[in-house]
Amino acid sequence: MSDGGIEHHDYDVLVLGSGGSGLRAAIAAAEAGARTGLVCKSLLGKAHTVMAEGGLAASLGNVAPEDNWATHFQDTMFGGKYLNNWRMAELHAKEAPDRARELEHWGAVFDRTPQRTMSQRAFGGHTYKRLVHIGDRTGLEMIRTLHDKTVHSDVEVFMETTITRLIKDGERVVGCFGYRRQTGELIAFAAKALVLATGGSGRIYKITSNSQDCTGDGYALAFEAGAQLVDMEFVQFHPTGMVYPPGVAGLLVTEAVRGEGGILRNKDGERFMERYDPKRMELSTRDVVARSIYTEVKEGRGTPHGGAYLDVSHLDPDYVKRKLPSMYDQFLELAGVDITKEPMQVGPTCHYFMGGVKVDPDTGATRVPGLFATGEASGGMNGANRLGGNSLGDILVFGRRAGEGAAATANASGAVSLPAEAVADARAEIEGFLHGSGTENPFHMHRELQKIMGDGVGIFRDEEGLTEAIGKLEELDARVANLRAPSDRLDYNPGLQLCREVRNMLTVSHMIARAALLREESRGAHSRLDHTGYSDYWGEHNIIVEGTGAHDMSLTPTPVVKRDELEELVEARKEAEKAS
Amino acid sequence: MSETIDLAHAPGPRKLQIWRGDLTSGELVEYELETEPGMVVLDAVLEIQRSQAPDLAVRWNCKAAKCGSCSAEVNGRPRLMCKTRLDHLPADQPITVEPMRAFPLIRDLVTDVSWNYRVNKQITPFTPRENLKPGVEVNAKGEFLIDQTDTDRMSEFRKCIECFMCQDVCHVLRDHRLHDRYYGPRFMMRMASLDMHPLDGVDRLDQIADEGGIGLCNITKCCTEVCPEGIHITDNAIIPMKERVVDQRHDPVLKLLHRTPNKGRIKPPPRSETPRL
Ligand SMILES: Cc1cc2nc3c(=O)[nH]c(=O)nc-3n(C[C@H](O)[C@H](O)[C@H](O)COP(=O)(O)OP(=O)(O)OC[C@H]3O[C@@H](n4cnc5c(N)ncnc54)[C@H](O)[C@@H]3O)c2cc1C
Ligand code: SF4
Ligand code: SF4
Ligand code: FES
Repeated sequence: MSDGGIEHHDYDVLVLGSGGSGLRAAIAAAEAGARTGLVCKSLLGKAHTVMAEGGLAASLGNVAPEDNWATHFQDTMFGGKYLNNWRMAELHAKEAPDRARELEHWGAVFDRTPQRTMSQRAFGGHTYKRLVHIGDRTGLEMIRTLHDKTVHSDVEVFMETTITRLIKDGERVVGCFGYRRQTGELIAFAAKALVLATGGSGRIYKITSNSQDCTGDGYALAFEAGAQLVDMEFVQFHPTGMVYPPGVAGLLVTEAVRGEGGILRNKDGERFMERYDPKRMELSTRDVVARSIYTEVKEGRGTPHGGAYLDVSHLDPDYVKRKLPSMYDQFLELAGVDITKEPMQVGPTCHYFMGGVKVDPDTGATRVPGLFATGEASGGMNGANRLGGNSLGDILVFGRRAGEGAAATANASGAVSLPAEAVADARAEIEGFLHGSGTENPFHMHRELQKIMGDGVGIFRDEEGLTEAIGKLEELDARVANLRAPSDRLDYNPGLQLCREVRNMLTVSHMIARAALLREESRGAHSRLDHTGYSDYWGEHNIIVEGTGAHDMSLTPTPVVKRDELEELVEARKEAEKAS
Repeated sequence: MSETIDLAHAPGPRKLQIWRGDLTSGELVEYELETEPGMVVLDAVLEIQRSQAPDLAVRWNCKAAKCGSCSAEVNGRPRLMCKTRLDHLPADQPITVEPMRAFPLIRDLVTDVSWNYRVNKQITPFTPRENLKPGVEVNAKGEFLIDQTDTDRMSEFRKCIECFMCQDVCHVLRDHRLHDRYYGPRFMMRMASLDMHPLDGVDRLDQIADEGGIGLCNITKCCTEVCPEGIHITDNAIIPMKERVVDQRHDPVLKLLHRTPNKGRIKPPPRSETPRL
């Protein structure tokens, strides 16, 4: 490879990621007249978004006519424990209905009401039935629709291409570097504006619902390029993942199961949510349900495989098969359980990253010129805890905005070029993974990392565990420079792929552990056993992570970004909560 | 509470024969590993990759039977590796895992499926009919008005996760290599699902018959048998479309009228060519 050439491409806007946010951004950028490219690690249509099940939250008011954007905004803020970026929560609530209708016009097909409009289902934390859905495969419908729209939108797509570096010219991001997975050929992109739509980082935990792609690449790349990240301590553990058999542990059991009437019980048959949130019961927010299940298990009331029972066997079997077909299949195939007859066993699984790259809500711009972020890769919209259904809305609303923002920057910019030195540097990193003198095996280090995070930075945290985890992460820091792929072949080399991913995951793990240590309170998805209550100070502050490299990471509490005109809505919701 | 795993299939050591090689040469290589209860073929392949064969090439992403990446031929039959449990395969013989055959090999279990993407790009996307009737087909907010029954009908086809296993077994592609004349079952069905949309404004019949090559399908139903989503590709998508093509192309009256486009739909310009493999 060392004397081979580097394939080169030039775009106005380059989008990294083909999940919902990346596709929507690419469509928007192309529509705005930018020459647009899209790069993704997997094949088109296979991105993590394809797994989304339950639905997309949008206050269409088709089932509950009382619904409106203001209530959706309030629900989102309440779910996020008021740490959300207010403007993002506002834009999301206001624009999600338009994005849902737009998908329909692009060919998406959703379940209907008797009035033949889009049907909406109940989900935790949403006041009204609000989730647009099709059975339990809403993500697939979205992906296929956006995928089709993209390939007919003059967007050039680079599948199975992994980006390992962002490239800067002075202060500005001007492109990126990586390789084609199928051949190992090196590839460089110059771009006037670059959108990170790289998703989350669930693979830092062993038990996760996330796909293989979710290794936090965007968080690490943005950090290295000088961007700020926000809310990284908030990792959502979805309350219901499969717990058995071991091979599928972590696989998601959609919240739609509870939305459609599923009941949680402990091994004694007790409907334990009565003790934790008698008002919302199974449809309480995810942080509460996850902690409740965890506590039941910890206190000895768990199921044989260490979870809780989730039961839909009291519902009409045909209804279950129609509304939850993939859950029915998943349990029958993988666990040998017929959910229309027997309860499922479920427990918490790492699911979603509330935190991410800090962006301007209206345009998706980061503080680094030329760099934009959107979707799960960006942070702020969901505060301390995301409501189910708010991600599929988020990725459309802010995907579009980031695509337009990037196109506007690109259209106003002259040509850019990649500094040779930065390209040589990026190339050297990849060659080091293949031919260097390192001896660290990425597969093994990945396991170690997952263990550290699972043990010390899981659903419940305390100072001792976090400090210990950070110490262990620092030990990995010393070893990460010695990563080398066990094989030096170029074509479809899984070890090469994992080398850079492990590095990214390590950077992300540091952010999470350190922010979790700093936030001395329990709020939303962040639960400290040694600081169980809310703190007034932390209720007003987000943690911003930035630095110049892995060894120089600084964390700064920063006041929550509010908006005067929304104050009344937020206060009204806080009052209403106090009253009940 | 009943145990979820059949104890007759207790975990233990298992042998896997995995196809290793590239376009130039290759062979089945045997690996042995300890299994866990409920393990799927993909778990086993990844464990072998982690501990015994670090350069083993395999494509996967969701490990939840939702993305359609991990298609391979397991014991000679196309399956999603992440949905196939080891203990559902005969215990007394090694499990063979081979790449799909209808597509060019990249390496080991990974094939080049890009042809499918080129075909997909040829298909005219959903385009709403002009002059949708207010209050009947579209409401004041611009939302479509569609029956749940229409949704259910389309939904069967829209469950497709593009694993391309139906393409892999279709003899028109697999044996006769007519990739440049037939879009294959996946894309026949894709066109059926678009055609079925009550508000679609495109007359797709010519593309289905000509560039798509529906006539090459001789209803063997192999595609339907392997579909992990249980889609009745042949019965519900291909056969009805074949019938329509026959009706509309060969009906003497319609022929005389030069076949008016269906349901006031617009005919797209003919496609350049069916993509080559
Ligand atoms: C099982 C499951 C069910 C869910 N259900 C729901 C639901 O019902 N409602 C809801 O709102 N949310 C749901 N979610 C959450 C939601 O699906 C995700 O948060 C959302 O899809 C994220 O989309 P995204 O576009 O930001 O990123 P992703 O879909 O994760 O896409 C990331 C993309 O970036 C690419 N990429 C990453 N790194 C690189 C790199 N280095 N180089 C090149 N490309 C790269 C990847 O290949 C991929 O294409 C669910 C999640 C799961 C796992
Ligand atoms: S039924 Fe038709 S499309 Fe399906 S495998 Fe047979 S020939 Fe191919
Ligand atoms: S129709 Fe079935 S077999 Fe064919 S690609 Fe789709 S899911 Fe796979
Ligand atoms: S890995 Fe996604 S279908 Fe098997």
